[in-house]
Amino acid sequence: MKDDRAELADAVMALLCSIAPEVEPDKLDLARPLRRQVDLDSMNWLDLMVGLKQRFGVEVPESDYARLVSLNDVLDELQARLPPR
Amino acid sequence: MIRFELPSLGADMDEGTLLEWHIKPGDAVKRGQVVAVVDTSKAAVDVEIWHDGVVAELLVQPGQKIPVGTVLATLLEAGESPMAGASPTAAVAAAVTRRAVSPSARRRARELGVDAERLQGSGMQGSVTLADVEAAAHVATAAPASVPAASGAIDRAQDMRKAIAAAMSRSKREIPHYYLSETIPMARALAWLQQRNQGLPVDERLLPAVLMLKAVAVALRRTPELNGFHREGRFQAAAAVHAGVAISLRGGGLVAPALHDVGDKSLAALMSELTDLVKRARAGSLRSSEMSDPTVTVTNLGDQGVETVFGVIYPPQVALVGFGRLVERPWVVDGSVQATPVVCATLAADHRASDGHRGALFLAELRELLQQPQELDAPAPATSTSQASSP
Repeated sequence: MKDDRAELADAVMALLCSIAPEVEPDKLDLARPLRRQVDLDSMNWLDLMVGLKQRFGVEVPESDYARLVSLNDVLDELQARLPPR
Repeated sequence: MIRFELPSLGADMDEGTLLEWHIKPGDAVKRGQVVAVVDTSKAAVDVEIWHDGVVAELLVQPGQKIPVGTVLATLLEAGESPMAGASPTAAVAAAVTRRAVSPSARRRARELGVDAERLQGSGMQGSVTLADVEAAAHVATAAPASVPAASGAIDRAQDMRKAIAAAMSRSKREIPHYYLSETIPMARALAWLQQRNQGLPVDERLLPAVLMLKAVAVALRRTPELNGFHREGRFQAAAAVHAGVAISLRGGGLVAPALHDVGDKSLAALMSELTDLVKRARAGSLRSSEMSDPTVTVTNLGDQGVETVFGVIYPPQVALVGFGRLVERPWVVDGSVQATPVVCATLAADHRASDGHRGALFLAELRELLQQPQELDAPAPATSTSQASSP
């Protein structure tokens, strides 16, 4: 059975694939800087943030963007902001 | 009788393939309405019509490849009766005939799997000859073996590369470029943006790119010789600033469709239009006016990490403004060195239309405008800046 974090990771990955269709989820390293692995411009990044809001209802403040370097950082941010299940 | 022609879709697009009609004979159409979809090397373009009228006849069928300027349909103006005047069909039909291909060339093209209609003919009046077909087949086999299953995608990518090559070659051949650059401190602009975005839902936040676009449009009011077209040997200034926004496509290549009337719009409106434009450009769905209207191009390569971009002007435009990456650099403020976010703004401009002095004034104005970001969010100051200096 998948834990919460793996489920979150799948959902974020699906979102990322919709923004950058060339992404191959198996090849992404969750710990490495995301923007070194995927060609994301500032509009793509905003799309990702809008997607997180639509999918999870989570508003990531702009002041937090700088911390979100790897996908793990994004997952940490989501887990911290989602209500506990 | 109105002749509705395939409009120009930008300097690098001289033909398209009609994909579908949204209208039929007898339909009333309004100015600005999307009436057809035409496939080009860069996107499927929604073609708008610029007259009110009633559709009389559709002269081109879906699937036909047609050059820019081809009469696609005829329309009746208000009050015009269907039989007034001779039918233009015969004359029009001649204009839309397919490219002349000699019978032997056509046969050989079928054998070799070459699309003879797409070749540049070297025969009489541009007709495609047997030799043209064989040369094309030779080039095709010399090229790295393409995967037939994905040939649609490869065609599009190759066509786009060819279109970009044609426009950029023309630019470098015809336009005497000059280049200027200016490093602009962005501390105030970014602080203002941060404050404005704070507390706003994520989908209402502004990107710095929008502030820069607006600043470019307002600064161009002071230097109209950078905004417009060089055509038929002379420069024609444009009344409004329609900024062609360079958008890179994920499969490679780029488009630079227009954001209309950038100087007159609020930042919020520009942000939502930019979001929509980028989305549609990447989905391959643009409007004909967006392809043909840009009066200047703005490119923002900063997201890819470069500090400075020296652009190639998109003809018949006369200027391209580039922004690099926002970076922190040591900067002297009031006699002491501070870490300050800066951006390098560049101008590539056409020396036939302007001189370096005017280009420098433009970049100086751009720098000043970005020091007063709140002013850029105010409703259009119209032409007050330029009028203020007149007696």
